[in-house]
Parts: sequence; structure tokens; C-alpha cells
Amino acid sequence: MNGMALIIASALLVGLGALSLLLWALRSRQYEDLDGAAARILLDDD
Amino acid sequence: MGALNLSLHQPNIDLSRYMRRAADGSCGFEVSVKGARCANCIAKIEKGVGAIPGVEAARLNLSTGKLSVVSRGVAPEKILQRVRDIGYEAQPFEAAESLNADEAEGQFLLRCLAVSGFATVFVMGLTDGIWYGTDISDATRQLFFWLAGAVAVPASLYAGQPFFRSAWRGVAARSTNMDIPISLAVLLALGLSIYQAGSHGPHTYFDAAVMLVFLLLIGRYLDFRLRDRARGAARHLLTLQSVLVRRRAPSGDIETVTAREVAPGDLLLIATGDRIPVNGVVEDHATELDLSLVTGEIMPQAVGAGAPIQAGTIVTGRAMMLRATAAVENSLVADLARLLEAGQQTRSAYVRLADRAAALYVPLVFSLSLLALLAWLIAGATLAQAVTNAIAVLIITCPCALGLAVPAVQIVATERLFKRGVFVKSGDALERLAEIDTVIFDKTGTLTAGMPVLHNAQSLPSGILERAARIARASRHPLARAIALAAGDGPAAPDVREVAGAGLETGSGDDIERLGSAAWCGALERDYQLWYRRGAHPPIGFRLQDAIRPDSSALVQSLSRYGLKVEMLSGDNAANVRAVAEEVGIASWFAGVTPQQKAARLQSLREQGRHVLMVGDGINDAAAMALAHVSIAPGTATDISQRASDMVLRGNELSPIAEAFDVARRARRLVLMNFALAAVYNLTAIPMAAMGYVTPLIAAATMAGSSLLVIANALRLAAPRSS
Repeated sequence: MNGMALIIASALLVGLGALSLLLWALRSRQYEDLDGAAARILLDDD
Repeated sequence: MGALNLSLHQPNIDLSRYMRRAADGSCGFEVSVKGARCANCIAKIEKGVGAIPGVEAARLNLSTGKLSVVSRGVAPEKILQRVRDIGYEAQPFEAAESLNADEAEGQFLLRCLAVSGFATVFVMGLTDGIWYGTDISDATRQLFFWLAGAVAVPASLYAGQPFFRSAWRGVAARSTNMDIPISLAVLLALGLSIYQAGSHGPHTYFDAAVMLVFLLLIGRYLDFRLRDRARGAARHLLTLQSVLVRRRAPSGDIETVTAREVAPGDLLLIATGDRIPVNGVVEDHATELDLSLVTGEIMPQAVGAGAPIQAGTIVTGRAMMLRATAAVENSLVADLARLLEAGQQTRSAYVRLADRAAALYVPLVFSLSLLALLAWLIAGATLAQAVTNAIAVLIITCPCALGLAVPAVQIVATERLFKRGVFVKSGDALERLAEIDTVIFDKTGTLTAGMPVLHNAQSLPSGILERAARIARASRHPLARAIALAAGDGPAAPDVREVAGAGLETGSGDDIERLGSAAWCGALERDYQLWYRRGAHPPIGFRLQDAIRPDSSALVQSLSRYGLKVEMLSGDNAANVRAVAEEVGIASWFAGVTPQQKAARLQSLREQGRHVLMVGDGINDAAAMALAHVSIAPGTATDISQRASDMVLRGNELSPIAEAFDVARRARRLVLMNFALAAVYNLTAIPMAAMGYVTPLIAAATMAGSSLLVIANALRLAAPRSS
């Protein structure tokens, strides 16, 4: 039972962590220009 | 080529209203850039615009083609011109508030999607699907139920907002939509589960509620992406009404006013390349006009002093003074804009397939669950048991796959057409395209290239074309440009003099060279449109005619093979229209048609119950295009007809039209098939639900299963046709 509580709590934490990471990425506009991000890596200066 | 046309036809627009002023004094200006595709384009455009003195930052979004520029004291024209000089088409973006609202809507949908996705995965791990058949203690199960509820209830209430809002709007407007049963199913599933968990019942439906929201949000987000792209297309189109004109005040001063302020009797200065803003008469001297956008005639027309001119034509000859005879509201362009609006209103009455399906499905689902409730009560069950089974029917029949059926197919179809150079502005345009039985083409600029092309290059004496091109390169006259285009790049003659209404001249004495009209070059024949003469040598004629697009007749053939009636409506004269009709194989054609007659023809076909696809490019086609069941404009078309159209072609080919029709018909078949699949899948589960056999495991399996089936079916459209 103790083990189960640990597993559930950690699952919830990991899940919420991933969710907040995604929401942060959304808020900081990282999904605005996916094609541009792929192309910009090829530019020398930037 | 397209860019060149645009800059010539670009009316003078008051660009300051596209600027957004920030508190610190800097100006935000957004430009829609066409044709940027790679890292190189980003670097070229950002560096080029960034090099303008006063520009503080320039950033290009490659996905949307939007260039955001922050600057201090830089004229917006300068930024647009720089992008055009680098080689891309550029239009100012409307800095409207609604833009930010759209972005916010997309962000909100994505947030909802993330929250419900997380909740779905987490809750599924805690529901009885996982431990099905294993033995767990009652206390553990209770713990799982409450844990699942603690995540599922807030998550589905938050992520379900798009559906709740739309359902509420539907209820308030007393109309049915899919979101009403969706919202009810989600809310009832949550309520039932809380009741079950509280009363130590056997099952909860927390996972069904969040999964329902998650799967439906996918469909909703796809639909948003589709509409968002369509709005992007409409955004960069300019309004003809905001054109600026230069007016001579009674005092003799020149003032800049908007076209709306022009009154009959005003004297206007019209420069070469300007579009005539209002109907009027030529005041001072002869010039030449390009009527191709209004009548479809490509040869420039000479007009003398006192000749009446219609709004919308473009001055290709000398700059001139125009005496206005009508205000903007009474000029040709405004007439057409009114017709355009009327046509767009009739089109918005179109009911989309998904809404038609909802109108059938929603009452069916409600009556079935009501029936289950009554049947259980009559059979002697307790109220709690009867309500539970009725809710189970509602959950199991929830149109999860129906919500995905249309957007999944349409996004695959538009993506595929986008790669082939067809830009689809709305999802229901595809539905309408699938229903057509008649196709009407405009001639000039649609079936033909819409500009003069040299036809007798092979039979010219050697070296003549190159000599003529040296002179032609110095002029922007359409005929001169055709010669320059035929000869390709090369040197331009120095010191070329342009004589309005006659032609070009260079050199002096015995070696004088002339390029121009028959009279200008001393030719007697009238068979050729342009002549070249050097000194005392005999003049040589160039035959310049509109060129039929190479794939026009193939397109007409394949459309006829689909069983569609093909017609041509043109404002040009009968001889020209007949020649084109015969060459591309159109039996039914009308020549000398005015814009109003075009619209009337479309109206009468509509009244006969025909579904017409109109393909056109000019100002004169816009009203007819808005009246058509669906319309397509080539990429070279005028702003107003691109706005009136449902789809815009990129590039110079017409053949994607046939493919668009084919894809639209297959998309329609797939949508209907998806409806059938989803309905059959869900309806087979109804008897089980009504009998009270539906466990959350079965509910989850049918929901996810039918959604996957529908998406897999939609993806078939991405594969090329096997035949």
C-alpha cells in the first residue's frame, strides 16, 4: 500500500511537471513558428 | 512576374493605419511576405529590412509568412519596397484587434488540449480497465475512484470550456448543435461518477469524460487551424476604398485626399501605373489605358481628351488629369463591391455537412436515452438504476468520432491541395466544390495569360528581336514589356524617348531606331500590333497576342470527362472569344459581357438550381464569383477577386483545378463514410448501454476505437490515387 501511494504520487508529479513544461513552452511562444525554428538552426549568426 | 504586376497595379494606399504605435515611440508594422520558404529567405529578408536606417528589429515567422518590424520614423512604403526589391511579394497586414483574439483562441485550445491529454493518460491508469479481472480490495478501489475524480473533474471542466460555451450559445439561440450532447455527456458522466464513487457503486466514468474532451478537442483544434489559415489569406487583402488620390484644389495647390472625398467636378492627377479611382472624363490630353481588369481586352486602348473613363482601369500611357463625373459610391468599382457583398451573403446561408449531421443526430440521441429511461422505469427498476442506464446511452452515443469526422478529412485534403498549389480558404469551400455541376471560366487572365505575348518570334529576321528589345527594355508599356520578355535579359539602349500614343525612339540622324505603332514606323499594314524600323530599312512587324495557358484545354477536357458543363463568359470581343473557345474546346461561350451581366448569368443559373464553379481573375469577375456556388482565382488575379474566391491558385498552372475537384469529391465521400462508420460504431453500443451492460471499459474502447477508425480513414486521402 505504501509502495502504491509512492508510485501514484510520483506519477502525478511527473505528469504535472510535463504539463507545466508544455504550458510554459506555449506561453513563451515556442510553438508560434515551427517551420522557422527548423530553418533558423541553419543560419550562422543568430 | 506576379510581383511585377502587383507593383504596377498597386494603388496608393494610406499605409499609416497599418502602423501600431507603442508607448515608447517606436512603431510596429507587420508585413505578409509571400514565397519565403527557407533559411536563406529568413536571412535575406531580415538582414535586408534590418539594414534600413531606423529599423530596430525585423523578424520573419516562416509558418505564417508574417514579418514583424519595429522601427522609428521609417515610412511603411519603404519597408514594403525593400521586401519587394529582395524579390518577395509583400502586403501590409491589418493591425486589427481581432488578430490577437484569434491567436488567443488558438493558444487557449492548445492549453485545453494539453490539460485534457494529461488528465486522460493519468485517469486511465487508475480506472478499472487496468485492473480488470484482478482482485483488489474495496478500499483501494475507492482510493482510485477519488484520485481519478480529483484529476478528471477540474481537468474536464477546464478543458471542456470550448464545448460548454458553444453549447450555451446554441441553447440561447434555440438551435441544436453537436456541442449540446457533448456538454451534457461530459457533465452527466462526471456527475454520475461522483454519485457512484460516493455510494460505493461498481463503476465510474471519469476516464470517459476526460477522454471525450481530449478526442473532441483534437477535432476542434484541427478545425481552428483550417479557419486560421483562411483568415490569414483574407487579412492581407487591401480595401479599394482606402485609395489615396491627388486632387487639384481651385487655388491650384495639389492635395492628397482619400477616394471617398472626391466629388463630381473635381480635377484629379493620375500618374502612369495608377488605377482610376472614380468614373470621369480625360481633361487634358490623350493617353493609354489598360482595360484588361475591367473588360478582358489586353491591348491598351488609346483615349483622347474628353473621353469617358470607368473606375478600375489603369493608366499605362502618359500621366493625365481626370475630371471626376461620379463619386466613389457611384463608380464601377463600388457597384461591383456591392454586388460582391450581396453574393457573399447568399453564400453564408450554406449549411455545412457537420451541422446537417448534427441536426439529425442530436434529436435521435436524446430520444433514445429518454426511451431507455422510460423503459427501465416501466420494467420496474429504481430511479437511480434507470437514470444510470439512460446516462450510459448518452455517453456511449456521444458524437466523439462525429466531431472528428469532418475536420480530420478537411485538414488532410487542404494540406494535400496546398502542396499542389491550391490554397483553400475555408473547409466548407471543399464541401461546396464537391457539389458543382457547371464550370464557368473567364477568358483573359484565366484561360489565357492575360498579357500580350510575342507570337511570330520564329519568322523574324535574325537579330531584329534583340535590337527591338534594347529599346523595349527602357519602357514599362505592356507591348514593350512583351518584347523585352521574349528576348530575355540584355542591354538597354541609352537615351530612349517615349512618345505617348506612338512609340519609342533612340539614336539620331540616319541611324534612328523606332519601336511603336504602324503610323510611328511608317508601316501600311495593320496585321501587326507593334513595329520596328531602323533608319531607311523597311519596318518589321511583331505579332503580339494574348497567349492561352498551356494547360487550359487539358483542364477543360478533364472537367468535361467528369460530366461537368463548361462555359466561358468574357468581356472581350466575339472574334477573340471564339478563337480561344475553339482552341480550348468550350462549346458554350458569351462575348462582350459586362460585369453586371456576368453576375446576372450566375444568378439565373443559381435560380435554375445549378451549382456553379466560377474561375476568374478580374475586377469584372468578382461579383459573379461571389454569386457562384464556389469560386477559384488564379494567383495573378486582382485583390478583389482573390477576396471573392474560395480558393486561390499559386503559380501559373490551371490543372490543379481538376485535382481540387477530384480531392473535394473524395473528401466528401470520406466524410460521409466517416459519419456512417462513427454512427454504426456508436449505435451498435446503444442496445448494450440501454440494457445496462456498458462498463467504463466498453465505453472507453468504443470511443477511442471509433475515433482512430475515423482518423485512419481520413488519412487515406493523403495517399495518391492508385489508378
